[in-house]
Amino acid sequence: MTAHGVAIHLENCGKTFANGARALEPTTIDIARGETVVFLGPSGCGKTTMLRIIAGLETPDAGGRVRFGDEDVTDTPIERRNVGMVFQSYALFPNMNVAENIGYGLKIRGIGAAERAQRVAELVTLTGIEGLETRSIDQLSGGQRQRVALARAVAIRPRVLLLDEPLTALDALLRERLRSELNSLLRALGITSVYVTHDQAEAMTLGDRIVVMRKGAIAQIGSPRDIYFAPANRYVAEFVGAANVVEAECRDGALILPGGSLPVAHATPGRAVAMVRPESWSIVPATAATLTGRVETVIFVGDRLRVTIAGAADRPLLVDAPNGLAVAPGQTVGLTVPPGAVRLLAGEAA
Amino acid sequence: MTEMRRPLGPIIRRPHVLRARLLFAAQLVFTLLLAAFLIVPAGLSMLAGVTENYFIGVRSGLTLRWLAQVWELYADTILRSFVIAIATLVVTIVIGLPAAYALHRRGDRVARLVEEIITLPLAIPGLAIALALLLSYGNFSDFRRSWLFILVGHVIFTLPFMVRSIMAVLAAVNINLLDEGAASLGASPWQRFRDVIVPNVKPGLLAGSLMVVTLSLGEFNLTWMLHTPLTKTLPVGLADSYASMRLEVASAYTLVFFIMIIPLLVAMQFMAGRGGLTGGRR
Ligand SMILES: Nc1ncnc2c1ncn2[C@@H]1O[C@H](COP(=O)(O)OP(=O)(O)OP(=O)(O)O)[C@@H](O)[C@H]1O
Ligand SMILES: [Mg+2]
Repeated sequence: MTAHGVAIHLENCGKTFANGARALEPTTIDIARGETVVFLGPSGCGKTTMLRIIAGLETPDAGGRVRFGDEDVTDTPIERRNVGMVFQSYALFPNMNVAENIGYGLKIRGIGAAERAQRVAELVTLTGIEGLETRSIDQLSGGQRQRVALARAVAIRPRVLLLDEPLTALDALLRERLRSELNSLLRALGITSVYVTHDQAEAMTLGDRIVVMRKGAIAQIGSPRDIYFAPANRYVAEFVGAANVVEAECRDGALILPGGSLPVAHATPGRAVAMVRPESWSIVPATAATLTGRVETVIFVGDRLRVTIAGAADRPLLVDAPNGLAVAPGQTVGLTVPPGAVRLLAGEAA
Repeated sequence: MTEMRRPLGPIIRRPHVLRARLLFAAQLVFTLLLAAFLIVPAGLSMLAGVTENYFIGVRSGLTLRWLAQVWELYADTILRSFVIAIATLVVTIVIGLPAAYALHRRGDRVARLVEEIITLPLAIPGLAIALALLLSYGNFSDFRRSWLFILVGHVIFTLPFMVRSIMAVLAAVNINLLDEGAASLGASPWQRFRDVIVPNVKPGLLAGSLMVVTLSLGEFNLTWMLHTPLTKTLPVGLADSYASMRLEVASAYTLVFFIMIIPLLVAMQFMAGRGGLTGGRR
């Protein structure tokens, strides 16, 4: 199967529901052909609404336009947009078996039984659900349903594939496995995909770009690396991954903290908000660092130690240390960090 | 926690168990008495229908003569009743299914208002509905004289049952989601209705159908007002036989009525047991 997506352009697409609830601020975003964009944000921030506007299940407020390539589809109902959609609760048809579910879109398109059967067989193999073709939907496990839903959406060779938290209903282990399967599948299809999730690990794995959302508006758009290493603001920093956000006075190229000073690259004097990821810290002897603190807790999580250190900043700092390091609560240690790993967040000082 | 508490359960609960059993026994006796109170008259009435002479009693012997006589006198009435019931069913499905779907899809204040209006006939005495129909259409004498006039009354009376039992299923299977699923695969509204909506509301449709047929067969109030001597139905005939026939014939008629309606009631009960009426699936 070759790439057959289109670019998606949203122009000033906002959504105010009939009850007056503003689910989405007017939003403009361009998604390139073949790209996978992940909308990431907490519950209720408008992710599903955004997806439904792209799908054609909601119309944007007046002034909003949705374009697929050069075609304006704002007033085109979903059934004529040729989008594949995987719903959070799958929306599989209980009155049809697995093969009939997967083949339904093809049947609607008037594709003959023989060709349909062949295509369904292809998809069954692609999604790894061989042997389940004649099962009814209520005889499937959650993971199997998810695969059927995906196969059904992809079967129609959509221009755009839309996925609304497709893995949320599954347990953690299965989720992780399906996540990487889904990743290779999306790459193989080369289709334009929009993926909605509140799970940042999922967003990191799947997204060419991530759109972090907050209360119906975009907080940041960027590659997973951008989002992780260069969050635009405190909200993104704290939502994506673990982050130590400290607010302090900046003087002579260093942040002045209760436990000493922390050198910062490109610092300007004055009040600043800075972020350091837990894995950026190194724990060193107290004498070897300008910043010191007292070890509060040490938690062994297998591949590393998660250490909290009090007294260095206003709030305890979260530090990831190698799992072989000898640290014990009560110990006073020094903390160092490569200067580039201290990230100043713009416009966030209180 | 519950795991740990379990061994203590029987010891602590013993007095409760005893009390619960006593309560259950008392409830059982009460229920049986009440059931007997209600069932005995019906049983006696049916027995009278096959008794040679009711005033002498069962001693006079049992006979099917009265049943045969009822059939002779009222066969056309009984058949007409079935024709009306089936016609009512067809009309309530044709109107009720799309209506229920539309009301469910809209789900707003207008939809609730329409639902209330459809349900209104339940709260209004059948006599009043009949009177209204007579006032409005009584002058169209051909219509007035045909069984179609009764059909209209029955549709008004039974439609809410059909609409409500379909709507219950629509809500239970989250039909909007299935509808959106089908739409995303390119299905037009009509294709969605045919391939997804109808198959998935079948339990509600079936439950509603049984209810409509049963109600139509048994409806008396409204029908009595609307009927003409040539458009009697089963229950109207029943009243007629009570008024003008000897007691044994009237009782035999009751028996016929029961034979007609009980299989439907049993089927309805069976459906309810399988969750059809409450909207659950399989
Ligand atoms: N049909 C609707 N009518 C009124 N308000 C709605 C409707 N759908 C969504 N909302 C509101 O719009 C906001 C955004 O909803 P949306 O479903 O897009 O959130 P979400 O980001 O997908 O959340 P979740 O992660 O919980 O699925 C919420 O506050 C929600 O209550
Ligand atoms: Mg959502």
